[in-house]
Amino acid sequence: MLLSREWLNEYTPIAVSDKDYCDAMTMSGSKVEGCSRTGEGISRVVVGKVLSLLRHPDSDHMWICQVDVGGEQPLQIVTGAQNVQAGDLVPTALDSSTLPGGVCIRTGKLRGVLSEGMLCSLKELGLEQRDYPYAIEDGIFILQEPCVPGEDIKEVCRLNDSVVEFEITNNRPDCLSVRGLARESAATFHTPLTLAEPAVKGGAGNIADALRVEIADADLCPRYTARMVKNIRIAPSPAWMRRRLRASGVRPINNIVDITNYVMLEYGQPMHAFDYACLHEGKIIVRRAVEGESLQTLDGKDHALQPGMLVIADPEGPVALAGVMGGANSEITDDTTTIVFESANFSGPSIRKTAIALGMRTDASGRFEKGLDIQGTVPAVDRACELVEMLGAGEVMDGIIDVLPGEIPATTIPLDCGKINALLGTDIPRDFMVKTLETLGFGLEGDTILVPSWRGDCLREADIAEEVARFWGFDRIAPTDMRGAAVEGGFSDKEKFRRMMGLECRSMGFTEIMTYSFVSPSGFDKIRLPKDDPRRDAFTILNPLGEDTSIMRTTALPSMLSVLSTNLNRRNMAVRLYEMATVYNKQPQTPLADEHTVLTLGAYGDGADFFGLKGAVEELLRAARTPKVRFTAEKTDPSYHPGRCAAVWSGETRIGTLGQIHPQVADTYGLDAECFCAELDAAALYALRGPEAVYVPLPRFPAITRDIALLCDASLSVGELSECIRSAGTAVLKDLRLFDVYTGPGIPAGKKSVAFSLTLRSDEATLTDDHAEEAVSAVLTALRERLGAVIR
Amino acid sequence: MRELLESLRSASRQAIDQAVDMEALESLRVKYLGKKGELTAILKQMGKLSAEERPVIGQLANQIRGELEAELEDRKSALAAKMQELRLESETLDVTMPGKEIRLGKKHVNNTVLDEVLDIFVGMGFSIVEGPEIELATYDFDRLNIPANHTVREWTDTFYITPDEKVHLRCQTSPVQVRVMESMKPPIRILSPGRVYRKDEIDATHSPMFHQIEGLVIDKGVTMGDLKGTLNTLMQKIYGPDTVTRFRPHHFPFTEPSCEMDVQCFECHGRGCRVCKGEGWIEILGAGMVHPHVLEMSGIDPEVYSGFAFGVGLERLTMRRFQISDMRLLYENDVRFLNQF
Repeated sequence: MLLSREWLNEYTPIAVSDKDYCDAMTMSGSKVEGCSRTGEGISRVVVGKVLSLLRHPDSDHMWICQVDVGGEQPLQIVTGAQNVQAGDLVPTALDSSTLPGGVCIRTGKLRGVLSEGMLCSLKELGLEQRDYPYAIEDGIFILQEPCVPGEDIKEVCRLNDSVVEFEITNNRPDCLSVRGLARESAATFHTPLTLAEPAVKGGAGNIADALRVEIADADLCPRYTARMVKNIRIAPSPAWMRRRLRASGVRPINNIVDITNYVMLEYGQPMHAFDYACLHEGKIIVRRAVEGESLQTLDGKDHALQPGMLVIADPEGPVALAGVMGGANSEITDDTTTIVFESANFSGPSIRKTAIALGMRTDASGRFEKGLDIQGTVPAVDRACELVEMLGAGEVMDGIIDVLPGEIPATTIPLDCGKINALLGTDIPRDFMVKTLETLGFGLEGDTILVPSWRGDCLREADIAEEVARFWGFDRIAPTDMRGAAVEGGFSDKEKFRRMMGLECRSMGFTEIMTYSFVSPSGFDKIRLPKDDPRRDAFTILNPLGEDTSIMRTTALPSMLSVLSTNLNRRNMAVRLYEMATVYNKQPQTPLADEHTVLTLGAYGDGADFFGLKGAVEELLRAARTPKVRFTAEKTDPSYHPGRCAAVWSGETRIGTLGQIHPQVADTYGLDAECFCAELDAAALYALRGPEAVYVPLPRFPAITRDIALLCDASLSVGELSECIRSAGTAVLKDLRLFDVYTGPGIPAGKKSVAFSLTLRSDEATLTDDHAEEAVSAVLTALRERLGAVIR
Repeated sequence: MRELLESLRSASRQAIDQAVDMEALESLRVKYLGKKGELTAILKQMGKLSAEERPVIGQLANQIRGELEAELEDRKSALAAKMQELRLESETLDVTMPGKEIRLGKKHVNNTVLDEVLDIFVGMGFSIVEGPEIELATYDFDRLNIPANHTVREWTDTFYITPDEKVHLRCQTSPVQVRVMESMKPPIRILSPGRVYRKDEIDATHSPMFHQIEGLVIDKGVTMGDLKGTLNTLMQKIYGPDTVTRFRPHHFPFTEPSCEMDVQCFECHGRGCRVCKGEGWIEILGAGMVHPHVLEMSGIDPEVYSGFAFGVGLERLTMRRFQISDMRLLYENDVRFLNQF
């Protein structure tokens, strides 16, 4: 909303600087987005009187003018324009003057002749012909304003207004008007407010004899008001009106159109003018469109109307798209003699739906959408008629048609100063509250507040508290510490667990990433998920920004691979990453997702390998105190290398996967390095976490180590051998470490050598060699009998 | 004999003083004090002495033995000290060479700021709760007092999951307020961080997915002053004790009165500059007193309880704090970016 301060001052005189005005309005709730001056950029441009013209000796189109600019001597100015005559008053840019757009004029020579400035056209002053209809487009602006040589052109053309741009929130459509902002301004600056009521003389016959209005669909049109004007004389509107429209960002057209726009800006009520001659049978019907109807709007576009869209019709068909735009079939033309001013109230949601459906959001529809004052229709149409009379644009008929099928609800709210102060934490006196509310148009009867009809946003005491607080000043509310009952706050165990896991990852050199929750469905193909994989059953966004962000991820692996790929492409040579990623799985009996966290790890470069990543996973599981951890070979996960992938288990619960990314998958992500990833179900880790550690006494007796090198079938896994050793070792077997796996010379084909180091210790006494040998030989026996592994 | 002993005394003293290493010292000990050493050899001749002379010479010999042992010991310590000095000298390092690199991973910069915010509020007695991101319109819209025709419900603004508009990706963390009020009784102090979704194209300052941190306090006698005090504390802890804030009236359907909080521009301190687009202030968050109708819809009596709520964009806090100019960097995850913080 653009507000002319010159216009505003007609209602409430505010003399402060633009900056102070803007700051104060922002702080009372009318957020200022910017402020500019009309005539910005114009300096040292004055009225000049052309005394004489002479042909330029070296040009067949230039003139040498002597121009009186109010100084002792006339200036000599060369111009190429052909519309200047001696005696004309023209805008004259002096030496070192500036014009809009950063143009600077200096004394110079034009084809050898001295020129001490420039005569200006409308365009050069940032104006156009609609602003000064008597001037011509191509030529010097010959002034018809009352003025004398030397006078500043900004004064003459009134290019000295300030225009403030407000961001008006959706709940305050009343502030999309000069009168609305005048109330806010007066309440902000405590200035007197004068809002005159329009007065119409009339006398050109009665509207009741000429027009009938019927509201067929009152749910979409709670009120329809109309007045008529006869014998209209289409002409340009006066300069003051054109200037105010221009300052408000509206192009002047002609007096009738300008009046409708002027009233919309002043009152916030959109208006429309029909050519009465085009309304069949002098009848207006407000109804929903029916199947097959169409309308050409004022912008020349044809629209097929959908049933349900609200239209203004005559008995023959639609003449306007209610609240959006008028129809071409009832447009005001130069031949129009009698017009109907429409000032109506329409249902916001209906207007919005129509405007969106037809792709034509207009200034009017934007206002109606927000829900306008049902009491605003009569004053607005009266004001339009008053302006018609003031401008001599026609003869207003007596009477007003005002169809109001329902009741107008009145809102009253009790004024309880104690409660308002309690909510705000303030001590605002009652007088201040009353004065503020009255300036804003609220009525007061004792302790009952009557909410004005244009303040549909005010329904209860909290709304009144806001009105009071806004003008008291939010900054005057003292910041306080919360009192009241102490609340036990803190992090949940789950949050603590998550933080701990993140810390573990970082301490092992993994850096945290953060990726979008919505991904491309093509990711499923890229990680080679089979067609029937349940992970393909993802939540789909019905209106995504694009295919790439169209489903909610069920696996975080594609996100990790994309990030690895980005980094590799950018030549980041060694990368270790982790993400606490939410995945979204469908679940029965609820339309909502099972949203749970997966911890993904990803690594390439700088010696990244399977066992490096496995070591990290093992450390994470130790930190998580995951019980009964075991790893099994996973040959069927399509995203991983079939020979380098492990399933991670806690007892019989599958808690994750780790391995080298399948080369075909790596290819689809453009990863030409060996990549290693792990996916751990963080929710499961949290659920399975073991009890907190308790102190175990330090060993009191020395340990004995025994190394054993075994010869076994190459197909036996280290896991199987370890399992066997652990189960056969007695209580004295405290630790078991693999230190060598060997095949090659000295080892028969199909066999391998595996060497372990066993740590043996008794908790009761120093272990004797005999006891140690006993334990080792039990282990060797078991290895031989169960697995056919023999000592080398 | 006395002469022999005296000459041994002076000869040995000189030899010990001149010994250059431990080996030389050891051979001197053997030479003088060993079983076949010179002192022993002299003492073997004691038998030839008279009874009067014997104790005198014996005493002298013992004295010389004692002296010799002490001198050997002194010399040994001196040599050891000298040798250590030499060894240390030879072990000298170029301490300007770089240390062995230890590479810890980094927390994502968004989470660095988030964790800081959470810590601040936990210190003020808040609990951390979470809510679903795929959310029901009931919670995200209806019970937050968002009218049926509000633009946020449009398909151009919100990502929908079901055609009947009952399920969508939440566009704010505020539905957690409703869920909390449904399950907890006042006094309530909660903070709820999480992902939210809005249909904005990706650019330097917009992302269709970002994070918010929602705060909700409900108790008897909670005031707008408390809201200001709480948010001022947050800003001063995040941006430093000199941070200046201002509260502007605004409009949100679920709070009344509503406000936006700005912080004074760090660059120009309010005078207006490029960073704050000339305004002198930077918008940080929206807040307000919980709308009485929102309380009622969740079964809390607004005549008894009042409360405040706020929602702050995490990315905005992060970018401001670390002077990050482009939001896309946060989700690109280039390690050269991630490792800077």
